[in-house]
Amino acid sequence: MRESTIMKIHYGTALAAVALVAVHILMRLTTGFVESLEYENVLANYKFVPYAAMLELILILLAVHGFNGLRVILLELKQGRMYEKAVSYGCLVAMFGLIAYGSNTIIRTNMGMT
Amino acid sequence: MALVSHIAEEQVSTPVSSSKSITLKIFRYNPEHDDSSKFMEFTVPYEKWTTVLEAILEVKKHFDHSVAVRYSCRQATCGSCGMMINGKPRLACFTKISELDSNVVTVEPMNNFPIIRDLAVKFERLFDTHQKIKPYLIRDDTELETDEREFLQTPEEVEQYIQFANCIKCGLCNSACPTMATDSSFVGPQALAQAYRYVADSRDKGKDSRLKIIDESHGIWRCHFAGSCSQVCPKGVDPAMGIQLLRGYLLGFRS
Repeated sequence: MRESTIMKIHYGTALAAVALVAVHILMRLTTGFVESLEYENVLANYKFVPYAAMLELILILLAVHGFNGLRVILLELKQGRMYEKAVSYGCLVAMFGLIAYGSNTIIRTNMGMT
Repeated sequence: MALVSHIAEEQVSTPVSSSKSITLKIFRYNPEHDDSSKFMEFTVPYEKWTTVLEAILEVKKHFDHSVAVRYSCRQATCGSCGMMINGKPRLACFTKISELDSNVVTVEPMNNFPIIRDLAVKFERLFDTHQKIKPYLIRDDTELETDEREFLQTPEEVEQYIQFANCIKCGLCNSACPTMATDSSFVGPQALAQAYRYVADSRDKGKDSRLKIIDESHGIWRCHFAGSCSQVCPKGVDPAMGIQLLRGYLLGFRS
């Protein structure tokens, strides 16, 4: 993939994540902050499909943006063909791993499996 | 004959008439022989118009001829005498001692360049990256194939790139760039500004090939817009702006 395409995704995910995290924070403010973090309320959020879908989207956006950011930082720290390949594929694997782990939590909670 | 003797007289008389002096600290290091670098201090007389290069040449002439320094035109045109002067990348021939407002002037080789000896650094990386972006007009046609003798431009078209054509390849921007310090494969502000110079030229047809060259993992996207390149340019070129304008092409905001 061309670097400009990766960076378009990087900037796009940043903007979308800011918008969705803002919605997420606003939703916390609909009730008291402490109350919104109570076990039943958190569970209810996960079971509300549109909200769970938004959490999934935030997870994907932040994982893509964050791991690409990490890739860029690591590429600037050190150079070398093998090192750069390891960093790029390592970040890709870690990104998918985090998305899989987070999605597992969201889906299982949404389906009442916890 | 009279002119020659007059010039010779001028060269001899310049330093002697001064009443003020500064301490010139010169970085000394020969990678082939020295384990570590050191500074040597010299007391050098100066006038209001004395440049740092003239002070260094004064040291070479009267105190230590072994000081290594690269210079040529003495008028900020050749881009040879770039160095760190009191911690900032500057041209030695374009920096007056009186402007520095300090009794101690410290000269070091430019950052982000391998040292040859003392103040002289290797320019290979700068020239390689400059060459990489194809610093010439690319066209399918040539004036030899048609009756047309010149490719005319409007003043507005010239305005698009003329600032960037002032680059003298002195390397000060690359020396100031924080990304150049850590990323040994980064194209650098000098080459990126020159890429913009040709991409923005209405006579050039090589935009796509140039954008492809800089659109890689150590290309244009590694610039973090610190802006230090533009701060230090002695010719008023704004590489940071050129880089942002180039990004406009790659992001689809410009065509």
